[in-house]
Amino acid sequence: MNALDVNSSSPHLSGPHSVTRVMGLVLVALLPGTLAMQWYFGWGVIINITLAVSSAVLAEAAVLALRGRPVSHTLIDLSAVVTGWLLALALPPLLPWWQTVLGSTFAIVVAKQLYGGIGFNPFNPAMAGYVLLLVSFPVTMTRWLPPDVISGAAPTLTESLHMIFSGMPPDGQTWDAISRATPLDLMRTELAQNRMISEIRASPLWGDYGGRGWEWVGNWFLLGGLFIIWRRVISWRIPVAMLGSLLLVAGLFWAIDPETHPFPAFHLFSGGAILGAFFIATDPVSAATTPRGQLVYGALVGVFVFVIRSWGGYPDAVAFSVLLMNMAAPTIDYYTQPRIFGQRGRDDA
Amino acid sequence: MADTGVAARIHGGLHLDEHKQESNATAIRTLGLPTRLVLPMHQHIGEPAEPLVRVGETVLKGQMIARASDYVSAPVHAPTSGRVTAIGEYPVPHPSGLHDLCIVLEPDGEDRWDTLPPGFPDWRSTDPAEMRERIRWAGIVGLGGAAFPTAVKVNTSGQRRIETLIINAAECEPYITCDDRLMREQAADIVDGIAILRHVLGAERCLIGIEDNKPEAAEALRAALGATVDAATDVVEVPTLYPSGGERQLIMLLTGREVPSHGLPAAVGVVCQNVATAAAVADAVLRGRPLIDRIVTVTGRGVVQPGNFRVRFGTPAPFVIDAAGGRSTDYHRLILGGPMMGFSLHDHQVPVTKASNCLLAPAADELPPSPTERPCIRCGECARVCPAQLLPQQLYWQARAQDFDKVQDYHLFDCIECGCCAYVCPAHIPLVHYYRFAKTAIWAHERDRDKSDLARRRHEARQARLERLEAERKARLRQKKEALEQQPSAAGKDPKRAAIEAAMQRVAAKKAAQLDAGQAPNDE
Repeated sequence: MNALDVNSSSPHLSGPHSVTRVMGLVLVALLPGTLAMQWYFGWGVIINITLAVSSAVLAEAAVLALRGRPVSHTLIDLSAVVTGWLLALALPPLLPWWQTVLGSTFAIVVAKQLYGGIGFNPFNPAMAGYVLLLVSFPVTMTRWLPPDVISGAAPTLTESLHMIFSGMPPDGQTWDAISRATPLDLMRTELAQNRMISEIRASPLWGDYGGRGWEWVGNWFLLGGLFIIWRRVISWRIPVAMLGSLLLVAGLFWAIDPETHPFPAFHLFSGGAILGAFFIATDPVSAATTPRGQLVYGALVGVFVFVIRSWGGYPDAVAFSVLLMNMAAPTIDYYTQPRIFGQRGRDDA
Repeated sequence: MADTGVAARIHGGLHLDEHKQESNATAIRTLGLPTRLVLPMHQHIGEPAEPLVRVGETVLKGQMIARASDYVSAPVHAPTSGRVTAIGEYPVPHPSGLHDLCIVLEPDGEDRWDTLPPGFPDWRSTDPAEMRERIRWAGIVGLGGAAFPTAVKVNTSGQRRIETLIINAAECEPYITCDDRLMREQAADIVDGIAILRHVLGAERCLIGIEDNKPEAAEALRAALGATVDAATDVVEVPTLYPSGGERQLIMLLTGREVPSHGLPAAVGVVCQNVATAAAVADAVLRGRPLIDRIVTVTGRGVVQPGNFRVRFGTPAPFVIDAAGGRSTDYHRLILGGPMMGFSLHDHQVPVTKASNCLLAPAADELPPSPTERPCIRCGECARVCPAQLLPQQLYWQARAQDFDKVQDYHLFDCIECGCCAYVCPAHIPLVHYYRFAKTAIWAHERDRDKSDLARRRHEARQARLERLEAERKARLRQKKEALEQQPSAAGKDPKRAAIEAAMQRVAAKKAAQLDAGQAPNDE
């Protein structure tokens, strides 16, 4: 298609939208939750973001250059920044630096660019990077910090930098003393030891309705999520369907046996459910796109989150659920095509 | 004459900057005569018209100079008196900058009318067929821009009965105001045309759909309707939302009826006509005047005095631009139609035709070229705004992959090319361009298939014919052979015995003769 044809082709007006604006709004929406995480878990969060974003951008630039694609033109779409950022938010705050860099680079190079770059990746790159790290480094990947309200104070900037870059705990301390399982991990291991929810809930890791600290992080991500729905960056369908189905299934099992199944709000506010529902499952490239398809897709992500958390091998399940449903997205889209204008009853006078 | 409200909503659509005030503040100016008029034979949908005049011939204003060559076709009339100086290929308004057959007319400046047929003052008692014939004679086509022959559109015999005539006064595309001004200044003609069209169609009622950004025009129509006793025609103001003026969209808005995907509005008892078409019908039926000019909006910051002009068909675009004060900048882009559905002209010398509703001359920064295309991120914004409820990004993927079966599975041919999807696309993909590309490729493919079908049928027919001839030849040979084989056996099953019998007969005959001779030897 030559340039002349395109120029003479209508429409001659274009709207204010751009991919850069879309991604920029997502980053803005991530800020409140990110700051909340930094508040509860310390500088590691910011360091991880810096590492993941810069390695994502560098990796993207390198592959684009190798592929002979315009580098700066593509980088300003900010999609690599979003990928790095989202991955960093899913990582434990004191993860050794090279693991963060590896995950982020894998996300961009393998999960995104090898498939053709933005728009062509069948899987959510950030979640692909996360899963790679989770299966490769299960020890460091489950070594979370307790929220500062429990530990008294999150590690300082220097402490965090030291731990992340040396991969060692501060002198005279052990990882066990510093780190703590996530609430979801705790719940899973304790339940596996046949303990009752009421006993497990006695741990100081619990807040009012989710993990302590985590519930507030969730609230701030929720706020950001509502912001991008309002700005029409994402549709309400995937988050509502995902959180709704998670609540519904969790509520059902809780109603049957509240001593072995946690209160439904726990599922929403203890792990990555809120972040996942608004920012990860909604990645347009890898998600379903038809209106009904988005409801199906979101609902199934929610169901898988509950199933994997309850009976699977990993404490959190957002990444696996999203990746599983990414595979199903094209099929869902195919079978949920909307009725087009003019297909209603042939004679509706 | 209470206003009826909007019956239903349409899916999607866009709120665009209207840019109507640039051109709708001043009255319609009638444009003078250029030094020559170039009249394309193909200004309408259907078959081109056939010239009725020769080079050198003198013609009068309103004289039919080319006749409709088919049922779906329209004649062309001389917009002024003068001499035919050439008949040949000239640039015509077309997205691909094509040349096509045109009659070139040099005005004599006298603007003398030909003898016109009488009007039908008593049209209410005239046979609709007779008025359809008049509309056909007048060369009237849809003046909203599609240019489909009106006589064909109002011939609904054999179809479902038409209950509602819808007059499209939405003029939803930004910048264009020719219908707005026409309604303000010639509402009475429009109302006459509506009454005639209703009579021709046998429609019980008429709904005039107008976007609520044209209150003066709506008021003018109401006043004109009030002056008549037409109680079956209502002005319905629809919310300003592009593309509410799309035929199917407007029908939905006004009646709540959904025109079937591959059907005509008649399938839901509706026929839709543009306001300017209604005025042209009144001219033809009441005054016997053919369609020789139209209102054209000349606008954009690239012209000094934007406004609306009554322009004779065949007038070169630069003449119209000059009438609007000429160019205000050095930037010389010219779009025929509006910013959403119009096309850039390759050759600015093209003439104004029946389909030319707007000449848009933007300043350099007015309609900047779309930023560079990026890959689709499947955000789905296009599907949200699509008034045909299609999945534009799926169409895009399939069109890009040149999977022409799949692209039709996603209803490519229900796309009205309104451009909403491309407007909102954050990746700035020229989506409509991809759809046009796919449509053109499919049409070409179908033509090729038809051609090869024909060739195959011919080949098969030839094969069959050759086989038949061969079979016949063989049959004849066989018959001959059999006949040859049978000839000897027909002479006698046993040739020897036959020879003996023959010999015995001869002997017997001889003996008998000898006996006869013995009995009467004296005879010898």
